[in-house]
Amino acid sequence: MSDLPMPSSQTLEPEPAQHGSTALLEWLQGWLVTVDHKRLGILYILYSIFFLLVAGAEAMLIRIQLAVPNNHFLTAQVYNRYFTMHGTTMVFLVGMPILFGFGNYIVPLQIGARDMAFPRLNALSFWLTAFGGLLLYYSFLGGSGLYGVGNAPDVGWFAYAPLTARTFSPGNATDYWALALIVSGFGTLGAAVNIIATTFSMRCRGMTLMRMPLFTWLYLVVSGLTLVTITPLTAAQFMLLIDRYLGGHFFDTQAGGSALVWVHFFWIFGHPEVYVLVLPAFAIANEIIPVFSRKAIFGYPAMVAASVGIMFVSLGVWAHHMFTVGMTSVTNAFFVLSTMLVGIPTGIKIFNWIATIWGGRVRFQVPMLFCLAFLYQFLIAGLTGIMLSVAPLDWQLHNSYFVIAHFHYVLVGAIVFCIFAGLYYWYPKATGRMMSERLGKWHFWLFVIGFHITFDTMHFLGILGMPRSIYTYQPDRGWNTLNMVISLGGFIQAIAVLIFAYNFIVSYFRGDEAGDDPWDAWTLEWTTSSPPPVYNFAEEPEVRSRRPLWDLKHPHDTDWEYEG
Amino acid sequence: MRRVSTMTGWRVLSALAGLSLFAGLSGIAAAAETAGSIPDMMVPSATPAHQIFSLTLFVLLITGSIFVVVAGLLTVAIFRFRSRNSGTIVEPPQIYGSTQVELAWTVVPILIVAVLFLTTARIIFAIQDAPKPKNALDVTVVGHQFWWEFRYPSLGIVTANELHVPVSPMDRPQPTFLKLLSADVIHSFWVPQLAGKTDLIPNHANTMWIDPHTPGLYLGQCAQFCGSQHAMMLLRVYVDTPSEYAAWVKNQQKIGVQDPAVAAGRRVFETEACMNCHRVAGTAATGAFGPDLTHLMSRSTIASGATTNTPEHLREWIKDPSHYKDGALMPSMQLNDEQLNQVTAYLETLK
Repeated sequence: MSDLPMPSSQTLEPEPAQHGSTALLEWLQGWLVTVDHKRLGILYILYSIFFLLVAGAEAMLIRIQLAVPNNHFLTAQVYNRYFTMHGTTMVFLVGMPILFGFGNYIVPLQIGARDMAFPRLNALSFWLTAFGGLLLYYSFLGGSGLYGVGNAPDVGWFAYAPLTARTFSPGNATDYWALALIVSGFGTLGAAVNIIATTFSMRCRGMTLMRMPLFTWLYLVVSGLTLVTITPLTAAQFMLLIDRYLGGHFFDTQAGGSALVWVHFFWIFGHPEVYVLVLPAFAIANEIIPVFSRKAIFGYPAMVAASVGIMFVSLGVWAHHMFTVGMTSVTNAFFVLSTMLVGIPTGIKIFNWIATIWGGRVRFQVPMLFCLAFLYQFLIAGLTGIMLSVAPLDWQLHNSYFVIAHFHYVLVGAIVFCIFAGLYYWYPKATGRMMSERLGKWHFWLFVIGFHITFDTMHFLGILGMPRSIYTYQPDRGWNTLNMVISLGGFIQAIAVLIFAYNFIVSYFRGDEAGDDPWDAWTLEWTTSSPPPVYNFAEEPEVRSRRPLWDLKHPHDTDWEYEG
Repeated sequence: MRRVSTMTGWRVLSALAGLSLFAGLSGIAAAAETAGSIPDMMVPSATPAHQIFSLTLFVLLITGSIFVVVAGLLTVAIFRFRSRNSGTIVEPPQIYGSTQVELAWTVVPILIVAVLFLTTARIIFAIQDAPKPKNALDVTVVGHQFWWEFRYPSLGIVTANELHVPVSPMDRPQPTFLKLLSADVIHSFWVPQLAGKTDLIPNHANTMWIDPHTPGLYLGQCAQFCGSQHAMMLLRVYVDTPSEYAAWVKNQQKIGVQDPAVAAGRRVFETEACMNCHRVAGTAATGAFGPDLTHLMSRSTIASGATTNTPEHLREWIKDPSHYKDGALMPSMQLNDEQLNQVTAYLETLK
């Protein structure tokens, strides 16, 4: 029998009496100087949702511009800034912060800890990330220095050298871009170090590594990968700034530098970065799919092994972004093989999720709807990934809309869908209130429909030869109808996201009371109150299996009797 | 609950139907808009593009089969195991895993990867390491912000933006080997119906080859973001019949026509800084930063495809290059109307 302590929702300290503006100031100060992992997690998530709306608006401007050929809605220069900012924002100010926000909030709760290992480092990490974002967006005002008009970076989120050299990118916009990524990169490194230390040293009694919830496992893997991934990017940014300000010649091809060095550095960061973003999405799916199928995750050890496998393999595939730069045939073949190998652990994951659903009792609540759509979309994203790993196909499809479609299937179809699933799933824990199911379903269906109209269509545009990063196109190439369809789908998605934002805000005030455990789930975060007290758990929990709450709820059919 | 689950099924079915429908519709939509000028990789016209096309079909067959099987399993799982009542929950039997099953779905993908890799490697070597025949034509392509320079070293020809190559019949192949260079940033040469793309990288020469089987015009454009007017760095490849090609070469090898009737225009060209960047063979104009204009009127477009080569467009372009291509490196020389007319008249004689 489990000797798990029962949930305690009583707070230990008395509510302080507060009045008027003093109360407001104290409330504000409470959020600004907080070192509480839950508050920092919420700050990360709110920050990311704000930038999600900003980058979404940029995407809408891009789609208005591309809706018809030879459009003059945006100039070439403004368009180039928007697609650069859209990509940079989505990856660095939306994807990474929101995923680290989830990790911050959930990991300590899931392992029965009272906070992260280094709470102050945690606060520093968040504020570095936040100021990185401000620095990037300040470029709209300061990009041209004190004179001239606003000028955000316009070199693409990949910022290939030597386009970023001072000769080709005068002004300060590119510097803001590099500095912003250096600053937020240090924040990310801090967060990663913290999660690793937390999972290794703060687990409650009885929680061996092989009893950690898969969510926490995946965050451990991601954090390790982050340490290896962000460092080359930061190094490359420093090299770029040395080139731009101190007369360095790393990427200066006129002086014997190499443009390819940047491309290598960028993708040594850039490809594992995809896994830094997608593994947390898997982490969320690993929690939600079992709970809403009412079954334990199928093949827990295989899922752990596959995640660790993906981490290692993902470090050796970067040059599949470089099949067109003129590597030798043997090098190309090597990266074809290493890239295809990623498909094996990824396939194992998909099969295990299906096997988890198989034999369960699937409940179609909003978090699960998003996860089910994720499974289909991630399957397609994986298969188009296999197509692109075939180097000769990539010679055609590289930098075309097929690639845009493929990575939006990963970043939106898989990651954003899982982020929404996670937001609906943990919102009641963080706020004590449920988000509206009715609005949630509107959000889901509109988003799914809009997503498929936009991104399914994009594949065909790539096959018909439309390259990425072009601000307009010729009317005689057969791309007109498809572009219009893509833009319409984009606006359907925008409406869905606005419904979500409304639901997110209104439910905080009017949502139904959630209770401690609204989804009848199994991990430790659901034993404490909603929202959890500052100290998370009044007593340190003790666990004997991967699903402590299952054991508590089914004392005659506990997990620890069966887990291998 | 039941209503929702049927909707999930509907979504799945419609997604599948939609996918196949899209494939058809997009082709029709594209074909309805335009005739014959779609840079469609599925309509290959040279050996590299053709080999890629066949490989694409093979890969589509494999990935399509995987999709049908896995998405089918997932759909069956969702349908069969949907919760039928939202009230009291009877938890299903808990199953934690199975080593045999894990092994099975690890081994099958490994086999698929082996097949895919070997097929891919064969095509990589076939295209990339193809030997260069003695009769191959050599062309050096230099990427510039935002135009293409084509040099035919063996023929002494320099031209821009519109590449002419001889047709390469299956029985008597005469491929063209392109040496790819860049004068500034990274560009990428992509004409989908002829071959996959290859980047033009400063300080790093690349090569690719094409052997177009059918005469005609093939469209493409720069495929690596290279700055503000990347979108207007368009490419036209004319595949000529042997006689057309011979005539074209003969004309291109001549020096620029010098018509005394447009001497005033020539004077403007040679005194108002045009010649600092442009070359007209046989005159004092030997600039190398901009396109060679010796046979400007033999090209059907100007500004790297931004607009068609008519006298009005040419005049507008010289007057204010940003009108067609905002961000083009050619400056407006602030010529007055008379100078504009004169220099346009001069350029129009450069056949």
